[in-house]
Amino acid sequence: MPSVPAITDLEQLKDHPALALLLAWNPAAVQSAKYDRDEITICVDRCYVRDVCVLLMDDKNCPFNFLADVTCVDWYPSEPRFEIVYHLLSIAQRERVRLKVRLESASPMVESVTSVWPAANFFEREVFDLFGIRFTGHPYLRRLMMPEDWEGHPLRKDYPVEGYR
Amino acid sequence: MAHLTAIPVVEPRQDRTMILNMGPQHPSTHGVLRVILEIDGENVVRIMPDIGYLHTGIEKTCEAKFYQQVVPLTDRIDYLCPLTNNLCYALAVEKLLGLEIPPKAQWMRVLLNELTRINSHLVWLGTHALDIGAMSVFLYCFREREDILRLFEMISGQRMMTSYFRIGGLALEPPLGFFKRAGDFANRFPEKVDEYENLLTSNPIWGMRTKGVARITAEDAIALGASGPTLRGSGVDFDLRRDMPYSGYENFKFKVPISQDGDVFARYICRVQEMRESIAIVHQALNGMPEGPIKADAPKVVLPDREKMKTQMEALIYHFKIITEGFTVPAGEVYQAVESPRGEMGYYVVSDGTAKPYRVHMRAACLANLQLLEKMCVGRLIADVVAAIGSIDIVLGEIDR
Repeated sequence: MPSVPAITDLEQLKDHPALALLLAWNPAAVQSAKYDRDEITICVDRCYVRDVCVLLMDDKNCPFNFLADVTCVDWYPSEPRFEIVYHLLSIAQRERVRLKVRLESASPMVESVTSVWPAANFFEREVFDLFGIRFTGHPYLRRLMMPEDWEGHPLRKDYPVEGYR
Repeated sequence: MAHLTAIPVVEPRQDRTMILNMGPQHPSTHGVLRVILEIDGENVVRIMPDIGYLHTGIEKTCEAKFYQQVVPLTDRIDYLCPLTNNLCYALAVEKLLGLEIPPKAQWMRVLLNELTRINSHLVWLGTHALDIGAMSVFLYCFREREDILRLFEMISGQRMMTSYFRIGGLALEPPLGFFKRAGDFANRFPEKVDEYENLLTSNPIWGMRTKGVARITAEDAIALGASGPTLRGSGVDFDLRRDMPYSGYENFKFKVPISQDGDVFARYICRVQEMRESIAIVHQALNGMPEGPIKADAPKVVLPDREKMKTQMEALIYHFKIITEGFTVPAGEVYQAVESPRGEMGYYVVSDGTAKPYRVHMRAACLANLQLLEKMCVGRLIADVVAAIGSIDIVLGEIDR
């Protein structure tokens, strides 16, 4: 099957507007980047996630003003275990970018982006509910899908698909 | 009953207010949405949507299925537009595989997607009008919806859970007479839209219940993640079909209706106009339908024809292998978004190189749109809450997944 290999070299990718902006601002914030199947993914250090979002949202040339989605991938049992995935969209420029934050299983905690996009409210609650990731600074971090008194986080990979927990 | 103590009780914040529970079995909440209202007389002070009553864990189930087995699950997410879900998932996996889809399959997908859009908008229009008190529109809408469901039944054997778009193309060749019947429907339908508009658009009661109600600005709509007609009703000119085309939409000419008012009426007008534009796309798709295969040439992924299985050993082997052990998908991740009747529907599929998806996440347009409810309803009357919920066209299956 025809498949173009992914580009992971920061040097080759530095012309992408979102990545160029982040590298110019603080190269330490960008851990890695990948261009694969016409989609760009930028891995961001977890300390900077809110600042990165503010920066991308206020970008003059290509404002990523629309938060399409926040979700999580559990890579149990490898570490860092959790990947929080943000899909941003620039309505004006018709551009998408994917941000990723990797979290260790010992402290699955990351700063909330609800202050940047209020849309993150439900998305982050869902991730909290189903993966047990804590979003610091979230205004109302409660379970969204599961009952309030549910134990465990169903979308984690160590949670069985069927049978007893 | 000890476990019930963990459930928080919402208390009124002021002396003069009270808490009113609406749903989850309320007829105007389109399923099982529960809304907790804090009211001061008839005025809404605070509104908290409570969801999860229809949570079925589809995302978790997907991780235990082969890629092709996920297709029927996608039908059940948004049961008013199953084909849009099929399409979005198929496109995402095809992108992971690097499959090229033949033009006929792409055009069929566009054709059926637009019929699905009309189908979904008809249910919305009927129930929304019913919520506000216009009973008869519901009967008219469901009359035409029945025609579309018959078309779906004709093509896939199912009225609602069609599972017609498969990874790599379509499930079946469209039957004889399908295009003629679809054409007849497309010719007949515009005057039916006139009929609905006659009943509502200039109706003073409808105007009073919808104009200026549940207003939302463009900035708020974008910040809260709204998409689809809810976003376009606030004057943001953005439609994924036109602006980030997929599945051959770049070959079609259509207008994207927008309205500047941002109220319930604006969203109503956008959707009604969208039905007319969808019919235009259906006509284009029918007139320009290319000839050729309906499945991609990828024997390891696409099931062989029944006929070939009886004559060719290879086809039989591939069929057996796909059914029993699935097909592997190269490791990677994609986010595919399509314009569903409700807004941006996105499938985020992560593959680890095996035959089962490592993670499938659905971005539900309604989940984001539901967040607008607070901005729309606070300070307004309880009756407007019903109009606002109807105007964002929620489907709880998609919200809760």
